[in-house]
Amino acid sequence: MKRSLSPFSVAALIGVLALVGLLTYGLVQSEPDRRIDQALVRGERAQAPAFELETLGGGGTGSLEDYRGKVVVLNFWGSWCEPCRTESPLLQRWHDRLSASGRGTVVGVDALDVTEDALDFVQEFDLTYPMLKDRDEEVYPDYGVIQFPETFVIDPQGRIAATRRGPVDEEFMREEVLPLTKAGA
Amino acid sequence: MRRRATLALAVLALAAPAGATAAECPKTTLSDVENDVMCPVCGTPLGLATEAPQAQREREFIRRQVDDCRSKDEIKAALVDEFGENVLALPGSDGFDLAAYLVPGLAVLLGGGAVAATAIGWRRSRARDAADPTIADGPPAPGSAQRDRLQTDLDRYDL
Repeated sequence: MKRSLSPFSVAALIGVLALVGLLTYGLVQSEPDRRIDQALVRGERAQAPAFELETLGGGGTGSLEDYRGKVVVLNFWGSWCEPCRTESPLLQRWHDRLSASGRGTVVGVDALDVTEDALDFVQEFDLTYPMLKDRDEEVYPDYGVIQFPETFVIDPQGRIAATRRGPVDEEFMREEVLPLTKAGA
Repeated sequence: MRRRATLALAVLALAAPAGATAAECPKTTLSDVENDVMCPVCGTPLGLATEAPQAQREREFIRRQVDDCRSKDEIKAALVDEFGENVLALPGSDGFDLAAYLVPGLAVLLGGGAVAATAIGWRRSRARDAADPTIADGPPAPGSAQRDRLQTDLDRYDL
C-alpha cells in the first residue's frame, strides 16, 4: 500500500536534514587547517600564506613579501602565553644571528593580545625583531595556528620548510633554520 | 554669622561638582562588561573563563577602562580595537556564523509552513466529509443481521 507523507512530516524531515547538514558543515569548518603539515609530511613545501598586518603599536604595516629572498622565522605569540616567555630570548639570539649574516630575520606576530601588554613584553625581553599585530585574526588561522606559540620557518622562495607547534628550542633552530641560510638551500 | 553662612555656601558650591562627577563614575562595572564579551583564546564568554591567563589580561584591561570612566559601549569598542570583532559575544556575519541568524528565521518559516499546510489539509478533509452524503453523523446504523443478533442476545438475558 502506497502512503504519502503529510506536509508536516515532509517539513520536519527537511528541517532535520538541514540541521544535520549544518552541523556537519560546522564541524568541518571548525577543524584547523592542516594543509601545511600535510605538505611537509609528503616532503613538500607549501607556499606560505601572504599577509600584510599593522606593526605592533601602530605606525605602519609589514608583510611577508617584505622579506622575500630571506629566511623568515615567523613566530605567532601573545604576552599572556607562558611558553612564549621561555622562547623569546632564543628567538632574539637567532634574529641577531640571521640579521647579522643578512640572510634572514625573525618576524613576530602578536595575536589575541592587549597592545600595551604586548609592548611591555617586547620591552622586557629587549626584542628587536619586526613585530606585527594580527588584530582581526586574519592571519594565524591561515597557518592553522591553534595554540601559542607556533613557529614557521619560511625559505627564501616564500615556502614553509618547517613548523613547530609549540615553543622552539635550540635544536629545532639548528636543524631547520641553519641549513636554509646556506646558499642554494 | 554671615561669614559662616558664606563659607558654608562656598564649601557646598565646591563640593557639588565633585559629587556629580563621583555619581557619573564609574559608568559601568567589570562584571557588566564581561557578560557581553568573549575570551578569544578560551572561546568562551569572558565571565566563564576564570583561570585562563589571557582572560585575566582582558579583565585587567577592562578594569583600567572602567577606572578611566569609560562607558560600557566605549569599553566594548576598545576591546574590538584590541581583539577584533570576535571579542563581542555575537556570531560573525559571514561563513558558518551566518547560520546563527538564518537558522531561527528558516525554522520559523518551515514550522509555520508545516502548521499552515496541516491546517489546510485538515479543513479540506472536513469539508470533503461534510459534502459526502454516505457519511452520516453518529455511529453507523446496524444492519438487519446485526439487529437480529442483538435481539437474540437481549432475549437470552431477559429475566
